[in-house]
Amino acid sequence: MRELTYRDALNEAIAEEMVRDPNVFLMGEEVGYYQGAYKVTRGLIEKFGPERVIDTPIAESGFAGVGVGAAMTGLRPIIEFMTWNFSFVAIDQIINSAAKMLQMSAGQFKIPIVFRGPNATARQVGSQHSHSVDAVYANFPGLYVVYPSTARDAKGLLKMAIRDDNPVVFLEGETLYGQKGEVPDADADEVIEFGKARIAREGKDVTVVTWGRPYVGVLEVAHELEAEGISCEVIDPRTLRPLDHGTIIESVKKTNRCVVVHEHWPYGGPGAEIVDRVQREAFDHLDSPVLRATNLDVPMPYAVGLENEVIVSKDRIKQTILKSLYKS
Amino acid sequence: MSEELLAHYRQMQLIRRVEEEAARAYLAGKIGGFLHLYIGQEAVAVGSESAIRKTDWMIQTYRDHGHALVRGTSARAIMAELFGKDTGVSRGLGGSMHMFDAEHRFLGGHGIVGGHIALGSGAAFRCKYLKTEEVVLCFFGDGATPIGGFHEGLTLAAIWKLPIVFVCENNHYSMGTPMERTNPTSDVTLKGAGYGMATDRFEGHDVEVVVERMKAAVARARRGEGPTLVEILTYRFRGHSMSDPGKYRTADEVEEMKRTRDPVKIARERLLARGVAEEALATIDAAIEAEVADAVAFAESAPPATAEQMRQTVLAPSVAYPPRFDGAHAPFTVDAAPQADAQQGGR
Ligand SMILES: Cc1ncc(C[n+]2csc(CCOP(=O)(O)OP(=O)(O)O)c2C)c(N)n1
Ligand SMILES: [Mg+2]
Repeated sequence: MRELTYRDALNEAIAEEMVRDPNVFLMGEEVGYYQGAYKVTRGLIEKFGPERVIDTPIAESGFAGVGVGAAMTGLRPIIEFMTWNFSFVAIDQIINSAAKMLQMSAGQFKIPIVFRGPNATARQVGSQHSHSVDAVYANFPGLYVVYPSTARDAKGLLKMAIRDDNPVVFLEGETLYGQKGEVPDADADEVIEFGKARIAREGKDVTVVTWGRPYVGVLEVAHELEAEGISCEVIDPRTLRPLDHGTIIESVKKTNRCVVVHEHWPYGGPGAEIVDRVQREAFDHLDSPVLRATNLDVPMPYAVGLENEVIVSKDRIKQTILKSLYKS
Repeated sequence: MSEELLAHYRQMQLIRRVEEEAARAYLAGKIGGFLHLYIGQEAVAVGSESAIRKTDWMIQTYRDHGHALVRGTSARAIMAELFGKDTGVSRGLGGSMHMFDAEHRFLGGHGIVGGHIALGSGAAFRCKYLKTEEVVLCFFGDGATPIGGFHEGLTLAAIWKLPIVFVCENNHYSMGTPMERTNPTSDVTLKGAGYGMATDRFEGHDVEVVVERMKAAVARARRGEGPTLVEILTYRFRGHSMSDPGKYRTADEVEEMKRTRDPVKIARERLLARGVAEEALATIDAAIEAEVADAVAFAESAPPATAEQMRQTVLAPSVAYPPRFDGAHAPFTVDAAPQADAQQGGR
């Protein structure tokens, strides 16, 4: 199979879906002539023209709302937030308009929209630009929350998001854009269903559930621990809502231990949700408490040394896994 | 007359040299994240500061080094902040975009476009509430005028006649997008009519013009006649931030602007024309070089930002009862042992 970066995989997904369906359009800041703030939309304005690849002013609430209105009336918008941090300006439209419309209108108005953009910490961009918003959006019924960790998933899940008839919060790992991975050919038209976790690595001693930026670190730690005789089963949920807890529970029944690793803050969110489901549904199979390795519970500081302390590190991941095995 | 211009020249040159050195340090990997330079726009901050009192207030976007400097933050404290050091003006926690200096009444650099505009109105509300006769200058870019925060911030200031001047630094670009694609009109002050607000609009590369025109708006605010929307036409000579390839404008355009609208150059030439000796300017320049070199050396050798400061400032200590450190509401203690970190993030 060919290799693509996560960034280019996303670009292909958008391009293919725009060819497939003329009602799909892309809107956001600097997505067109500038080629995208993170170059995910590179080349699209040349391919599809400024009628379908639309540069907006800085008006997130406005263009998110325009997206919802267009979706109500039959178009299929892809709304890019330059980063998810800026979605907080538009959260009213995402929650009160997009997420509620279908039920509030008794099924009359569906909202086939994708909100997408880079999520979580970049490097040293400070507290206002370093949010991992998965915990925020996963709390709301009426939304899908998708968070791919590999290039292949990025493409397949984005195609699914664009074709689905519901509002999708599509979170891209800002630090994952340059990661390469195998991606099937364009004519394979791979669409990855929501709610299906992927076993990234099989193992028998401990189940590690992770997504987003720490995914890379977890796989490296799993590799290192193998040399120490510890076998980790790594599970990537791929979608945080719906959450495929079945795959996680099955794994925990086999390994009897579970660690959840994520970048959003430790208070609540999908991380805590997974712990809750595991303790309820695999209680009799657990040999140790379900643990979590997360970012520290503070706003993100600028200074590099502090930032390294706050972001969930390989060392913290490893120590937490060892602790679940009573080895530290 | 020359005295004042000389002081303005000195400040503009200081901003420029601090930022040039910051850019150099950034390329050397000593500064991280985003670095938005103000180079080319210096006359706006310097002239505006000159139109207010030290007891007045300022609030700005992420492009904030120049504004902090004119308020009175030292080059040392700014450079140390950029280097992520404990002696930085925000103690290394904020970085380039978030310089805060309460002592000098600088309400900060803010990262979310439009988010700080209502904060400016809030500070002005306080001035009116306490009848202090102080005013607030609230700065933002041309790219901020389409966002909701602009509309709401200006509406509230207008209906309550708050003592604030809204300064749109129109540098013609919002990141890579020219003004004509972000605004329905090329004249931001037309929006003022909708708020029943006084307006002014002028070119801002001549610092003396900025001082005079800003004085009028500030006086209106101080007299209790309400806010003014001022649009100052300016230009940034550098990219939006350090990572901007700048393909949205031509090199010729930038060169032409540098040739005709460089506020530092204009002030310098005027000073010479008014009979200030070349040597006098050379002396100022040399002093600035020394100040900037000192700031860089200070930043290099300063102690790093501390975890203690980071934790202490998440929430202010409770005044009603001793803080609870039960891991639920305040999951850290001020003097936590290092292993508490792992506890907190790995539990
Ligand atoms: C709400 C929000 N959306 C997007 C951004 C990303 N962003 C930062 S600065 C900027 C351009 C702002 O341009 P302008 O207001 O003209 O100010 P300038 O940078 O020219 O000083 C953009 C899009 C942001 N910080 N906040
Ligand atoms: Mg601008």
